[in-house]
Amino acid sequence: MSDLNKLGLAEARDALRAGDTTSVDLTEACLGSIEAADALNAFVHHTPDIAMDQARAADARMGPDAPAMCGLPIGIKDLFCTRGVPSQAGSGILKGFKPEYESTITSQLFEAGAVMLGKLNMDEFAMGSSNETSVYGNAVNPWRRGNDDTALTPGGSSGGSASAVSADLCLAATGTDTGGSIRQPAAFTGITGIKPTYGRCSRWGVVAFASSLDQAGPMTKSVRDAAIMLEAMCGHDPKDSTSADLPVPNFEALLKGDVRGKKIGIPKEYRLDGMPEEIEALWAEGRQMLEEAGAEMVDISLPHTKYALPAYYVVAPAEASSNLARYDGARYGHRAKLDQGDGITEMYEKTRAEGFGDEVKRRVMIGTYVLSAGFYDAYYNRARKVRTLIKKDFEDVFAQGIDAILTPATPSAAFGLGEASDDPVQMYLNDIFTVTVNMAGLPGIAVPAGLDKQGLPLGLQLIGRPWEEGDLLNIAYGLESAVGFVAKPTKWW
Amino acid sequence: MLDLTYDTPKPKVIAGAKHDWELVIGMEVHAQVSSNAKLFSGASTQFGAEPNSNVAFVDAAMPGMLPVINEYCVEQAVRTGLGLNAQIHLYSAFDRKNYFYPDLPQGYQISQLYHPIVGEGEILVEMGPGLARKVRVERIHLEQDAGKSIHDMDPAMSFVDLNRTGVALMEIVSRPDIRGPEEAAAYITKLRQILRYLGTCDGNMQNGNLRADVNVSICLPGAYERYQETQDFSHLGTRCEIKNMNSMRFIQQAIDVEARRQIAIVEGGGRVDQETRLYDPDKGETRSMRSKEEAHDYRYFPCPDLLPLEIEQAWIDDIAANLPELPDAKKVRFMDDFGLTDYDASVLTADTADAAFFEEVAGQSGDGKLAANWVINELFGRLKKEDHDISENPVSPSQLADIIKLIKSGDISGKIAKDLFEIVYTEGGDPARIVEARSMKQVTDTGAIEAAVDEIIAANPAQVEKAKNNPKLAGWFVGQVMKATGGKANPKAVNEIVTQKLSA
Amino acid sequence: MSIDENTAARVAKLARIKVEDNALPALAAEFNTILGFIEQLNEVDVEGVAPMTSVTPQRLKRRVDDVTDGGQQDKVLSNAPDAREGFFAVPKVVE
Repeated sequence: MSDLNKLGLAEARDALRAGDTTSVDLTEACLGSIEAADALNAFVHHTPDIAMDQARAADARMGPDAPAMCGLPIGIKDLFCTRGVPSQAGSGILKGFKPEYESTITSQLFEAGAVMLGKLNMDEFAMGSSNETSVYGNAVNPWRRGNDDTALTPGGSSGGSASAVSADLCLAATGTDTGGSIRQPAAFTGITGIKPTYGRCSRWGVVAFASSLDQAGPMTKSVRDAAIMLEAMCGHDPKDSTSADLPVPNFEALLKGDVRGKKIGIPKEYRLDGMPEEIEALWAEGRQMLEEAGAEMVDISLPHTKYALPAYYVVAPAEASSNLARYDGARYGHRAKLDQGDGITEMYEKTRAEGFGDEVKRRVMIGTYVLSAGFYDAYYNRARKVRTLIKKDFEDVFAQGIDAILTPATPSAAFGLGEASDDPVQMYLNDIFTVTVNMAGLPGIAVPAGLDKQGLPLGLQLIGRPWEEGDLLNIAYGLESAVGFVAKPTKWW
Repeated sequence: MLDLTYDTPKPKVIAGAKHDWELVIGMEVHAQVSSNAKLFSGASTQFGAEPNSNVAFVDAAMPGMLPVINEYCVEQAVRTGLGLNAQIHLYSAFDRKNYFYPDLPQGYQISQLYHPIVGEGEILVEMGPGLARKVRVERIHLEQDAGKSIHDMDPAMSFVDLNRTGVALMEIVSRPDIRGPEEAAAYITKLRQILRYLGTCDGNMQNGNLRADVNVSICLPGAYERYQETQDFSHLGTRCEIKNMNSMRFIQQAIDVEARRQIAIVEGGGRVDQETRLYDPDKGETRSMRSKEEAHDYRYFPCPDLLPLEIEQAWIDDIAANLPELPDAKKVRFMDDFGLTDYDASVLTADTADAAFFEEVAGQSGDGKLAANWVINELFGRLKKEDHDISENPVSPSQLADIIKLIKSGDISGKIAKDLFEIVYTEGGDPARIVEARSMKQVTDTGAIEAAVDEIIAANPAQVEKAKNNPKLAGWFVGQVMKATGGKANPKAVNEIVTQKLSA
Repeated sequence: MSIDENTAARVAKLARIKVEDNALPALAAEFNTILGFIEQLNEVDVEGVAPMTSVTPQRLKRRVDDVTDGGQQDKVLSNAPDAREGFFAVPKVVE
């Protein structure tokens, strides 16, 4: 077989089980493509030795009963702690940090036979929507605007994951999503990404950004692949107090593609002023396709949608300001060089000033401010109340029998690197369609749904009921089948 | 059962240059929960281990590590609340208290500001027989202990040990109901006693397992009563908090010194600033920890890694049903069942192990009063001489009960019993056999005593003459007879025979 | 609510992030932009609304009181910028 790296998880799995290829061959193909893709800056720590060891072990284990992920080479977002392998969360403050432990999710994936090719670029501490806040420099989107060679963002924060999957450097990748960090980059790079219900995937060993919002999920080349990998990532973890003790369904078996009778909500609040016409058109097409496939389309209202983003920019920085207090130069990572007479306070202040990038500092300080004496009720508590209302909006429509909600995934296609990084609030608007889902703890999936005039991929988002990832994936599968998206970026790197 | 009623003790009054002043004291006691593992990790709580060896990755705040609560620590807090007759909250929640310090790896302490697990309770603090202060407990919450910074191992560096990081603490917060240094010490003593009875904290102050922040303010006589009527704090003076005290003696000293400092300020026309202070026992003064004050804005918010802690009433009921007998009840029962004095009952119930020992002895010997005497005077006295406590006691309850039985049966005199006790204490053995083997039995055989008396009378004719005129001198003969019999003669019998022979 | 340079400096101090004096005006301006965006929340009627405590409610997980962790001084210290004699070493703390 040629171009093994271009396979998806399902195809590769079937080929492995059939004995048509080996994990070593797949892994070598991926390692080769990674080596030739420095221009994408997607992989920031390469682990070929680990990969080959795991591949050989997987081949030895291979058979019809091997676990679904057995022998499949994937990339791991740098936010996941991987034992003995640099795990920096895209930050200078964790320079040189090699965890003595393995995150629950990577443990599960490795136990299921997955092969780790390396660690993937990301926005620093998952704070960003363009991968430009990374200490490694930004990852680059393999897609370009026609023949224009302007470098585009792969989105963020899981930009390295998106770029790597889209460019076939790996079969799939892990991502994490706090406000849209799986779905927005998936949409920008023409791949599929699902953020499961909060509590589905263990957060243990994943560097925390905003604990009440963070969820990991797979970034893949198809909905089927997402179902396969999500199942391997999910499950109850006694080490994470917020992890749900619920059985994990066989998601792949639920993919029937039959959406007949499904009630799909179209929320009017997602129609923004000044939204590009192409996004509007894409949304309308998605609606039409699902309708033609037999779904019942229902106009719904989620009245507090507008407030999700400002509430998010209170809750997430507040939690982050506290979660990132541990990066102080005392026990791991970067410690600033100190001057004569510098004490502990100088060590903290200099270490954190040097180790954190601008966006992280900004959010840590905003979070510090909104929690500080006298402002707690005005900001943090109010945001938590708004969050209750946002969640209730969804509960209300689900109570009306809505099975899933269809929205655009992003308000635009991928933009040029450096084009949007001046105004933080402008950058935050990237998450406007995705952040509601995190605020309500719901599952959401981005599915590629078309190309814009310049040839860039656009995605649609489906939002599901809590814990109903199976149903959501099935509807997404129906949408994917109707759309028939097959475009790939033209290799330029 | 005896119903004890108490008078309220008088508050401590300090005479200033211009007025008399009263003290108002509230305490925040940090009690380390007795448990095997830490509050949110599976690392050991054991004291004295190699540095950083009782540390899980979550204790070291490694990236991505998450807390999972130790249910037994929750149970211990509930038990403590029940022991203080406090309200147990079915719903409580954990908050993060954010500040930077090297022995606080997370950069925050997980605590319970907004929704503590235990609410209002009270502690009866006895200040003497029939005299007691009811101190209200405002709340008890669970929180993580910090690690330890060592500053004297290197001139330029501090060394950090995280073994203690994350060990469960109960912070027990009182209302400002304590009225003097002695009451403060008595409050801690009583609280410690209850915690030890409950088995929820070992009360070891030396190791820092029980330590207190003490809030001190002063007021003019009468102001405190107005506060009690209205619960309006404006009647009280501005308080200062003296941090981290782990000695009863220093607590009392610090309160006294701090009150006098405040009196001097107020009488000098100044104003007391609300602040955190540290007691320096060498200098005998408190000093401001201004560095701590300025920077602190703890930015409390609910810990997003933990869900609210909801517990079930049935679970609480189960813990309540298995609560041990507590000191107040035990004391009343001892007075009631054994006819002990208030004082003796207090001494014997100070510690649960002491009380258990006494009860064994009282039961086996069948004489509670005598048992109390022997346990308090002989046993405790002897233990104290060697700086031991009951856990190091070499005498078993049945050994002491046997000694008491030998006294009661008249087999040995009280004096011999003390010798016997010493033998049992130092050498061990069965008291009855020792008495037998060493011929310590009391001589009640009148023939033998008569012979001894005759011998003394015959040898001392001059003394006999004197005694005939002065019957008080009979005592001298009794003494001589006791001496001659090695103290084993029954003193009563000797007395009778001497009197009879001298008047013959 | 507008943040001035003093407030920005205080927040930086609380967050233990060194910010040079000449960077404070820009920082304050950024804060104001972001807080201006957040101010929208004041439009929402939150009267009687309970603040969210957990987005997917469930019973808090408990662990039993067994010692299952620790005894790994080497691993705890392996990433330390400065470890000596089993301790983390940090610049002198003055109480």
